Amino acid sequence: MAEQAIPGWKKWLEASGDQVTFLSGFFRNLFRGGFEWSEFVRQCYEIGYKSFMLVGTTAFIMGLVLALQLRPTLVGFGALSMLPKTLAVSIVREIGPVITAIICAGKIASGIGAELGSMKVTEQIDAMEVSGANPVQYLVVTRVLATTFMVPLLTLLGDVLGLIGGFLAINITSHVSALLYFNKCIASIGFVDLLPAFIKTIFFGFIIGFIGCYKGYNSNRGTESVGLAANSAVVTASLWIFVVDAIVVQISSLLFYH
Amino acid sequence: MEETDKHIEHKSKSSASKAETVIHIKGLKKSFGSKIVLKNINLDVTRGENVVVLGKSGQGKSVAIQCIVGMLTPDHGSLTVFGDEVTDMNERQLKELRIKIGFLFQGGALYDSMTVRENLEFPLTRVLKLKDQDEIDQRVEEVLDGVGLLDAIDKMPSDLSGGMRKRVGLARTLIVKPEIMLYDEPTTGLDPITSREISELILEMQKKYKTTSIIITHDMECARITADRMVVMNEGEFVAEGSFEELKKSKEQFVRSFFN
Ligand SMILES: Nc1ncnc2c1ncn2[C@@H]1O[C@H](COP(=O)(O)OP(=O)(O)OP(=O)(O)O)[C@@H](O)[C@H]1O
Ligand SMILES: [Mg+2]
Repeated sequence: MAEQAIPGWKKWLEASGDQVTFLSGFFRNLFRGGFEWSEFVRQCYEIGYKSFMLVGTTAFIMGLVLALQLRPTLVGFGALSMLPKTLAVSIVREIGPVITAIICAGKIASGIGAELGSMKVTEQIDAMEVSGANPVQYLVVTRVLATTFMVPLLTLLGDVLGLIGGFLAINITSHVSALLYFNKCIASIGFVDLLPAFIKTIFFGFIIGFIGCYKGYNSNRGTESVGLAANSAVVTASLWIFVVDAIVVQISSLLFYH
Repeated sequence: MEETDKHIEHKSKSSASKAETVIHIKGLKKSFGSKIVLKNINLDVTRGENVVVLGKSGQGKSVAIQCIVGMLTPDHGSLTVFGDEVTDMNERQLKELRIKIGFLFQGGALYDSMTVRENLEFPLTRVLKLKDQDEIDQRVEEVLDGVGLLDAIDKMPSDLSGGMRKRVGLARTLIVKPEIMLYDEPTTGLDPITSREISELILEMQKKYKTTSIIITHDMECARITADRMVVMNEGEFVAEGSFEELKKSKEQFVRSFFN
């Protein structure tokens, strides 16, 4: 077959081109009049509501486990009093954002990929387009904005629950007052911890929505492509999250941590 | 209007009169990869005419009408609608054209996250940009009543049967009162009674709004009721053309075989 003879890199280039086209389509429709507010709100609710338990539970456990693991090491250095600070900084800078993003990639990106993929297969997207409506504006812009908006909020939730988990772990072995613990945590988090982390989560949210939409919107005909779209949305979004994480950490360490 | 007279005259003669050509297709070719689907399509459809397209499964009938709304881009040939070349249109022109064309998908293509009512409101609020809720409600109920599904108004598409989905799909297309209707198998999978009702609805649309239609169907009863003219597609070309009666008595066995 002719298609199979196309070398891998050429396909990869084509796919990148498609993504750029899709991205420009997103931005063109973003600034066009007639924003779909009700659909945006509905998506925010769906995305936030569906992930909120999952993100909360995972972050709580991560905080708990992290504190339990850190404790012996810090005791070895005689620096147990550093535990809240260490916890707070690692959760806020890295663990909170990345864990939340990865979970959302698994839950939200796959959901969007499957939803738009099945709309594609059953010709719903075609029907929207052919009727003269604007499917990119209605389906894509709302979802990408909703994830860009909700993932930072979910990360905030994850951070707080992670710290609560850490507090619980500390209290298993020794007694520390909650007030003291959280005061210490808050005191140790500075602007340089919060800002890069916050910017990062905005990118993560965008990646999750964008990759989910892109994979779903461009899936092939045939029912098996729905599963494929969901699957590759998760894989691609997770990969991009780590890549962007690495880049943001590099840049922010150059700017802030010197 | 005098157009009505013209239309009747045209219908009786069943040949190209002076009536305005709405869709003009000449030498259209389309292939997917190495697979040639449309070889050489030529078709003129005049205002107010119902053209029925026959053809075996997988011959490219759906592909042909998808080219008309610019969903697929032909490789070669000319395709004009209301005198404008579809492939040369920019995004805005294409959108304007699509508002004038109704497209009934083979599977209905209902938006399955919305209720029947929301499905029907969608083209009114998103395409025609209607604001008046009373007018919207009235149009939704009127068109649903037309397809006999008024009591399904608050159901989700997943709760409807195949035939009901198709009728809602039809209602959603008709609600904007398009000038051209492209029906992709409007009666397939429906019982004979509903099929007949749908066929009569198609005819009524033609009468009432002077809609120009292309109807793809395998249902001979539907073809008999709706067709002013019929064309038969085979291997990417139209191989026969004529009225229902003419084709029924065609010399070619292949054409006649559709009527048995
Ligand atoms: N978007 C597409 N990409 C690739 N191939 C396609 C596409 N659309 C249609 N085809 C192919 O074109 C051929 C004609 O398909 P089409 O859907 O037009 O058939 P049809 O005449 O409508 O048949 P049916 O009566 O079963 O609906 C088929 O072989 C199909 O696989
Ligand atoms: Mg078809």
